[in-house]
Amino acid sequence: MSWVTQCAMITWMVLRTIPQRLGASLAAAVGVAGVVGVMVAVLSIAAGFRATLERTGSEDTALVLRSGSDNEMSSALSLDQARIIADAPGVRRGPDGPLTSAELYVIVDLPKRSTGTEANVPLRGVRPVTFALRDRVRIVSGRTFESGRNEILAGVGAAREFSLDLGQRLRWGENEWTVVGLFEAGGSLSESELWCDVNVLQPAYRRTMFQSVSVKLESPEAFDAFKDALTADPRLQVKVLREPDYYARQSDILNGIITGLGTLVAVLMGIGAVFGALNTMYSAVAARTREIATLRALGFGGGPTVVAVLVESLVLATGGGVIGGLVAYLAFNGYTASTINWASFSQVVFAFEVTPRLLATGLLVSLVMGLLGGLFPAIRAARVPVASALREL
Amino acid sequence: MNLAHLIGRNLLRRKARTLFTLLSVLVAFVLFAYLAAIRLAFTLGIDVAGKDRLIVIHKTSLIMPLPISHLTRIAQTEGVTAVTHATWFGGKYQDYPEGRFGIFPVDPAGWLAMYPEFVLPPEQMQAWLADRTGAVVGRKTAEDMGWKVGQRVPIQATIFHKADGSGTWEFTIDGIYSGRERGVDETQFLVHYDYFNEARSELARDLVGWFVLRIGDPEHAADVARRIDQTFANSFYETETTTEKAFVQGFANQIGNIGKILRAVMTAVFFTILLVAGNTMAQSVRERTSELAVMKTLGFTDGKILVVILAESLLLSGLGGGLGLLTGWLAVSTGDPTGGFLPVFFVPSRDWVIGAGFVVVLGLASGLLPALQAMRLRIVDGLRRV
Repeated sequence: MSWVTQCAMITWMVLRTIPQRLGASLAAAVGVAGVVGVMVAVLSIAAGFRATLERTGSEDTALVLRSGSDNEMSSALSLDQARIIADAPGVRRGPDGPLTSAELYVIVDLPKRSTGTEANVPLRGVRPVTFALRDRVRIVSGRTFESGRNEILAGVGAAREFSLDLGQRLRWGENEWTVVGLFEAGGSLSESELWCDVNVLQPAYRRTMFQSVSVKLESPEAFDAFKDALTADPRLQVKVLREPDYYARQSDILNGIITGLGTLVAVLMGIGAVFGALNTMYSAVAARTREIATLRALGFGGGPTVVAVLVESLVLATGGGVIGGLVAYLAFNGYTASTINWASFSQVVFAFEVTPRLLATGLLVSLVMGLLGGLFPAIRAARVPVASALREL
Repeated sequence: MNLAHLIGRNLLRRKARTLFTLLSVLVAFVLFAYLAAIRLAFTLGIDVAGKDRLIVIHKTSLIMPLPISHLTRIAQTEGVTAVTHATWFGGKYQDYPEGRFGIFPVDPAGWLAMYPEFVLPPEQMQAWLADRTGAVVGRKTAEDMGWKVGQRVPIQATIFHKADGSGTWEFTIDGIYSGRERGVDETQFLVHYDYFNEARSELARDLVGWFVLRIGDPEHAADVARRIDQTFANSFYETETTTEKAFVQGFANQIGNIGKILRAVMTAVFFTILLVAGNTMAQSVRERTSELAVMKTLGFTDGKILVVILAESLLLSGLGGGLGLLTGWLAVSTGDPTGGFLPVFFVPSRDWVIGAGFVVVLGLASGLLPALQAMRLRIVDGLRRV
């Protein structure tokens, strides 16, 4: 019999007898499923958060902030500066002039629907040109705000998470606002925001400055020339960023927290599960000592024995990994939540995303666990002393 | 042959299994230690927030400033014994992200009196009070940044630029404070409000972020809060007054269910590992049924058998759990796994007690059931199973 045939035969025999050791095998598989499920579930939080922020930016849009500021909250730009920015080279022009939008970004307190506790919800003062800049924005119910009136257009994410309904009246300070419409923005960060007329928001918050200027460029390649022109201009002290870069950086803190904790939990749990798998596989080998010895006596080699035990361990582990990934996918994919984005000090509404990449990582982890859990028991199986093992009959 | 010897032999009969069970228990309790520290980190130290302190912020949002002139009127409110203020400065140090540590322009004497848990050597306090461009920084931040007393630290302005257009504020570290007890925020960077107020642009002058006040009787917090908010009702600078505890709780709530999900997952993991380990431990006793029958035949009393089995399981869980908690303590002390994003990260004393409780429960639960079965075992039945 060739080596390969031997391997195939023993492996087939081992796999066929798994049902006889159902309890222990199941425990090992469930252990692995737990690790993979937990890891995928926790990391899907970070993946969803990052994806929401990444969808917000587009390559041909630049964001201008005051130099030194990492986010809109701490930035300030005057009307004059906004005009200089609009005249810079590389700015795309629409029928009504340059596609630049000087915006004001403040925070208002609104209760969360789920808990009733107050949350920092971003309120952005925008202008008609903003809708041309953010072309994914689509009004799904009601209408847009009328300029000059205290009206609010709410993102669907914000409306879902916070107490906001069409027609609702809200009072912040001395002003009363009415929610007149809801908008979608392709699952981006904008859906977490409330929008209103910037010319109404400025006096309501006694602000004379803007916080950022969004600029549609003629093309993504026009960015460098645009940036150089602004940074060289002595009238401005600004920072120019491509939108995707800006939003990717906004997710750093939460990403760091979730990934750090998620990895920690997965590693600890993985170690625990490997010990569980080792126990299972050692028991499986111990229970089959005589069987293995008989095979060895019949002329089967040590190599095929190792392969068979390893294959059993890998099958159990990958089975567990697939189940864990599936459960995580079913339970968490698309689960919506909101959390505070420390970078902008405001709430972000997002959905957990179990990405194919996460599932692949989970499967890889389960394979590694299967390998670790099976290797040493497999070696022990190969070293079974034939004569004494047979005598145990 | 004494019982201890017997217990030892039992544990060593399958060395690999004992070792792996021990290690799983160990891992579970390392996780437990992290879980406790993370719970504390995500609640932002609510447990340590002052009971007799109230926070006054702008009613619309914390980001809206309040005029410093509110201070006198708050101080005059019935029930208020002291009041001070602070402002969020923003600012960046080198390439660290904005907000890596909080920079707050405060009234130095008033702030230190309001927060007696910030312990500052008297000579450093004198130096700070006398130095307008001086700063006092928490121990953790000073260590992270490698700052020494006397060092000049340039801070890049973000929200507040100087009136002369300069974007850099230079502060001298006059002192390093430490927390009176564990859980006190040791990351703050405190500077003189007067200096900050005069140097910043006129547009924002005489505005502060929030007020902190002390009340004589914590029982009357709600009344005092109502009186303060009524004073400023129907003005542009309306206020919202809450206890410090509620204020911190409000922040923790903003993190939302993410924190809860993480904690739920970790709790589930902890109990799963315990369950599996406990089952393995119980299984190893069940395998020995016939042996126990032999022992009974030899004259071991039911009580002795119970002791042998329980001692074995308690020893295993005690060893694994104890080492696990120790490892957890060492691991948590090395810092949080997110690389400094969580300001407070330690295991509260209460959780050590809970952890020790779990160790005992694990030992009892995994040993008691098979031990009771063994006690009730009729010798004939036991021997028949061979």
